[in-house]
Amino acid sequence: MVLGGFLAYPIYQLGLISVFHYTQAQVSGGEPTTFEGFGNYSALFSDGQFWEVLLATVVFAAACVVSTLAVGCALAVLLTRVRAVPRLALMLAALGAWATPAITGSTVWLFLFDADFGPVNRVLGLGDHSWTYGRFSAFFLVLLEVVWCSFPFVMVTVYAGIRAVPAEVLEAAALDGASQWRIWRSVLAPMLRPILVVVTIQSVIWDFKVFTQIYVMTGGGGIAGQNLVLNVYAYQKAFASSQYSLGAAIGVVMLLILLAVTLVYLRLLRRQGEEL
Amino acid sequence: MSLVSQDAEPRVNLLRRLVRRPGRTAAEVTALLVAAVVAFPLYWMVLSAFKPAGEIESSEPRPWTAAPTLDSFRRVFGQQDFGRYFLNSVVVAVAVVIASAFIAFLAATAVTRFRFRLRTTLLIMFLVAQMVPVEALTIPLFFVMRDLGQLNTLWSLILPHIAFSLPFAIWMLRGFVKGVPEALEEAAYIDGASRARFLWQILFPLVLPGLVATSVFSFISAWNDFLFAKSFIISDISRSTLPMALLVFYKPDDPDWGGVMAVSTVMTIPVLVFFVLVQRRLVSGLGGAVKD
Repeated sequence: MVLGGFLAYPIYQLGLISVFHYTQAQVSGGEPTTFEGFGNYSALFSDGQFWEVLLATVVFAAACVVSTLAVGCALAVLLTRVRAVPRLALMLAALGAWATPAITGSTVWLFLFDADFGPVNRVLGLGDHSWTYGRFSAFFLVLLEVVWCSFPFVMVTVYAGIRAVPAEVLEAAALDGASQWRIWRSVLAPMLRPILVVVTIQSVIWDFKVFTQIYVMTGGGGIAGQNLVLNVYAYQKAFASSQYSLGAAIGVVMLLILLAVTLVYLRLLRRQGEEL
Repeated sequence: MSLVSQDAEPRVNLLRRLVRRPGRTAAEVTALLVAAVVAFPLYWMVLSAFKPAGEIESSEPRPWTAAPTLDSFRRVFGQQDFGRYFLNSVVVAVAVVIASAFIAFLAATAVTRFRFRLRTTLLIMFLVAQMVPVEALTIPLFFVMRDLGQLNTLWSLILPHIAFSLPFAIWMLRGFVKGVPEALEEAAYIDGASRARFLWQILFPLVLPGLVATSVFSFISAWNDFLFAKSFIISDISRSTLPMALLVFYKPDDPDWGGVMAVSTVMTIPVLVFFVLVQRRLVSGLGGAVKD
């Protein structure tokens, strides 16, 4: 019921708002709402900025997903090769990063890379280089923060998965003279495939919807909106410039893109003959 | 003489072991280095919270402080209503965790143990629901809250968070309920247990690790949220939550870094404590969820 009320209804409303002309005047009841059909969408699709933001979102999310998975898997394998003390140290550090709220993580990373008082510029000898000024360096900074706070989920899950693989299998592979990389590629990866699929999909969903980090670290989308991603773009359109229907239309587009990803995912699951 | 050799013996052994297993040593050094890098932002946050103002705003940041002070914390707690914000955050997070754990447990049991029409459709809906960009739904939710007259109340934060944390919680818990053998259920009924008794006294303790793992996620999403708080608590700031308090100190042009770091520390510590408490169950829980 709660699900129905607070998910289905807003999604329905989202679709509804996106086909109406809905701005501040309609919200306060000053003007009647008018039906626009797909007017909002055509306005959106003919807007060059939308396409630019869409491209940036896809590239940024892909970069986040790939880096998070690479770091997470590498560290999970590393965890299985070390003794208790280093393992505990890494585990605790990762849990700390995981536990950090997105908003505090964002401000702390900003402070670390601060042009005037941050230790990073100091160590790298960059003087007062500003990381948030350039488009790519700002995206890179956000990427670092996103990877920092999301690799622990991948690491812990994959580590738990590796632990579930029987030791005999790995020993047999090692005895047959398989190299580390070979063991990972030919033995572990296939056995971990269901887990890897789950963490990949979760990462795609999360990274495609990054909001807080971009909003806080680039001050709501960067200079002249250079660091906007779809999510922040929709929010800015709706709440900053009161174009609720345009914001809603962007939301619908995002939903459709993620739906397409889900369908591919379900297809893959089906092909493996797994039942939901 | 004998003392020296006794002392030297293990050291030689250790050296020999290091040489024999260079791979493991390298791995352990790497692990410690990575741990240090990952923990560094948190260390810097706590450190900066204790630094006096002059040291924070210095162009020569040092990784220690000569004169730790509580000035930043005093400034934060002295801020009007800070205790209230904290309390509001706690109320919202606890309410969301309890409600979503309860509903998710029942729902997960229903979708794994019973075969009914639309079951697969429902499962796919749960997956799809996770895809919905929460930020985009803020717009219609804002109107829903306004129509319900719930703007500026804590309900406007609790209800959406329950709704948004449920799909993931049910999706994850499913694996745990699946892991409990059905023979156990039959045995319980044969022994004369009622359905409710089986549910709460047998199934519930068995899937508790899974519930803990999912609760971590709902706790974090509720505790960290700043979007709903920013959008739905528009005029009554006594209903605000911690992230909003942080933004008071964070002004884009001239941030009060000491204050920001102090609020961040206060905000992060409860989550850290929660994590460390459930750490063991979380790791085993995640393992169980993905094994099926």
